[in-house]
Amino acid sequence: MDSLTWLGALAPFFGPAFGIGAAALGLALVVQFIAGVFAPHHKPQTRDDGTLRQRADIFGRLDRLPGLIFAGLVALMLAFAGISLVVGHESGGIMGGMIQRFLPVWIALIATFGLSIRFKRRLGLYGKLFDSTIGMIGFGLVMFWVFTALFVGLFDLIGTHDPLAQVSGLKNAPPGVPVPADEAAFPTYLLGGDNLARDIFSRMVEGSVVVMMIAPLATLFAFMVGITLGLPAGYYGGTLDTVLSFAANLILAFPVILLFYLLVTPEIIATGLPTFMAMVLFVFPLVFLGVLIHARFRNRAGQSRAILALVLGPLVLLYLSVVNQAGTPVDFWPLDFFDIPGGILVVFVAVVFVNSPTVFRIVRGLTLDIKTRDYVAAAQTRGERPWYIMLWEILPNARGPLIVDFCLRIGYTTILLGTLGFFGLGLPPESPDWGSTINEGRKLLMIYAHPALPPALALLSLVLGLNLMADGLREESLKD
Amino acid sequence: MGVFILRRAGVMLLTALCLTFIVFWLTNLQPNLEKLAKTQGNMRMTDAQVASWLDERGYNRNVLVKYGEWLGVLPGHVSTGRDGETRARCADGGAVTAETATFCGVLQGDWGYSTVFRDEVARILGERGWQTAKLMFFVMLVMVPGALVIGVLAGMNEGSRTDRSLSTVSILSTATPEYVSGVVFIAVFATAAFNMQWFKGTATSAMDNITFENFTLPVLTVALYGMGYIARMTRAAMTEVMTAQYIRTARLKGVGFRSIVLRHALRNALIAPFTVIMLQFPWLLNGVVIVETLFNYKGFGWTLVQAAGNNDIELLLGVSVVSVFVVLATQLISDIGYVFLNPRIRMS
Repeated sequence: MDSLTWLGALAPFFGPAFGIGAAALGLALVVQFIAGVFAPHHKPQTRDDGTLRQRADIFGRLDRLPGLIFAGLVALMLAFAGISLVVGHESGGIMGGMIQRFLPVWIALIATFGLSIRFKRRLGLYGKLFDSTIGMIGFGLVMFWVFTALFVGLFDLIGTHDPLAQVSGLKNAPPGVPVPADEAAFPTYLLGGDNLARDIFSRMVEGSVVVMMIAPLATLFAFMVGITLGLPAGYYGGTLDTVLSFAANLILAFPVILLFYLLVTPEIIATGLPTFMAMVLFVFPLVFLGVLIHARFRNRAGQSRAILALVLGPLVLLYLSVVNQAGTPVDFWPLDFFDIPGGILVVFVAVVFVNSPTVFRIVRGLTLDIKTRDYVAAAQTRGERPWYIMLWEILPNARGPLIVDFCLRIGYTTILLGTLGFFGLGLPPESPDWGSTINEGRKLLMIYAHPALPPALALLSLVLGLNLMADGLREESLKD
Repeated sequence: MGVFILRRAGVMLLTALCLTFIVFWLTNLQPNLEKLAKTQGNMRMTDAQVASWLDERGYNRNVLVKYGEWLGVLPGHVSTGRDGETRARCADGGAVTAETATFCGVLQGDWGYSTVFRDEVARILGERGWQTAKLMFFVMLVMVPGALVIGVLAGMNEGSRTDRSLSTVSILSTATPEYVSGVVFIAVFATAAFNMQWFKGTATSAMDNITFENFTLPVLTVALYGMGYIARMTRAAMTEVMTAQYIRTARLKGVGFRSIVLRHALRNALIAPFTVIMLQFPWLLNGVVIVETLFNYKGFGWTLVQAAGNNDIELLLGVSVVSVFVVLATQLISDIGYVFLNPRIRMS
């Protein structure tokens, strides 16, 4: 069997079509940009029915040109994707094969978008995301990887081969190389083989699981820590604020990579330091939830205790099982349900530790601003307790900037995870996460460029999606 | 103003002390010391040999005492080992003579001795720092004007097509970490894969002789990540200025758009980016570490990786002191500069 080409049997038509389309779009964008800088200022005019009149001069036409070409290009891509979904890699080439492998993701994406756009008026801030093109593109990119991680992690769908299986003879093989028939069910390595003759495509989609498992959760934990410490620091001020701010600035003054090298080495892991840090950092979500519930239901003691027991009981058990790791210095709890596999806990702790001071500073700043508002003064006059005011008056009113920052910070956490992988810290070397695979690939980058590119572009697209989504959210939330 | 700078300097000193102590403590944890003994002595040493190796060199003492020695407030360690040889901290691995100083710490200007490079830490930091300074200079040269131009162009006409396309470009650049853009740049412009072999994929030769060919990719890689962020800040400042009262007045007076942007808006719009550029230094330091590793450019960041990977305690401390100093000094400069640039703010 021959190697696959990028577009397969569809290449004679789609190859030139894509080329011309992309070149035309690039040219149109450049022309439009240059014209935009020199164009005379244009005042939009409304028609009688209230809609905007289109700009009629040459600049108006130049303005609309890239949009038209882009629409054409999208139509072309959709046609290619539609054909590929049917024919797959056999005549759609590498691209066709990949599009077909992602079939469950496409279905899930279409369903999500369809439902969300249909009901967007009833979905609050999430629904507003679908009013902005940038926001939708970002959301699409993010959900693409979320669904990929779900389908790969839960149902083992998209990947074509075992991400750790090696097929002899396919070391550093180029994209589209055929796999010997008896070796595996799928006949090609779509994106080629890596340095150890493993399938790059399968490793890339498998890597999304690692990222999706760690990044959002670590960001959430960093937010819990930052909020639990930042609210009182901003609200009370004084010594507490001075001490906490000094500590936060201390951590922020460390170059991140130095901190990683100090915290995430096998020697430090042997001392149990990361596990102790996990013990401290993982308490914060419990404290946060406990105080949150107690502040709300303080006046109804029985109900408060019931809800607290209901929520905190399982969480404490979970906390103890997470923190307690057999074979480390922290091994005291008999009811240990599970151990977190090698390196993940350490990486998680390091990322939370690096992120929380920034969140702390943001929350502190927002609290300083919001605590001067009238509704806080009203609550104080009503005799509400400080923690009630912080968690149920100030925090909800700070949610806008915090949600936007949460999106951005997941992206930043993804970058940090990649950095760890890039320096070979934390996760085991055979781990398929994107940072580690980039690190593997870069060693032979000058000879074989193809193994490093797919994980790099995957990471880029996810972070880009998160940033675009944050931008869309910010714009839409400012419109109110 | 004087009191403010003094207080900031005090906080800086305290921060630097805390940070170096944390680094010192982490590098002096027992497993790290054992690793050091094995890499320096012999990989097949027994536990007893490791213990005596550490003993003879004074590693097995209270961490506070050792930290005091490194600082230069406590006399350096001198001991005679079981092999009869006298070793002193201040002799840097050489023979102990009458001239060997009693105190040898940072306060005396002695930054210690690197166990990996077998050289004075001060000299290594000087050499490597100079290499990185060259890199940083070119990065600034590309990044700052580029970011300011993008930001001003985008911000002078909020909501226009130019604004939207430039904003998307800056989002793209902030979403591309150095290890991604570096890998993509090398793959596209330095390998034969795309038929565009215009630059070199390594910058080792740039250490002696900077050329367009060997320095473009590393500089671009570092500059790109910071550029988007500064551009966005500039854009935000510019849009804010463009809605100010005095700009409207100028418009109503009939001043041309070009003149409004260049004469009236620009100066006030550049205050915020100045702070941001200064605060970007810590981030740039990260980028430098990644890029120097990726392009094999033996500068400060490369040294950090080597020192951390081999638990070279004194070199690592030197590296952290320098980087912490850079971070804190840029914070101070940004605060002071902000006051000078913005006459509305007065220090109390």
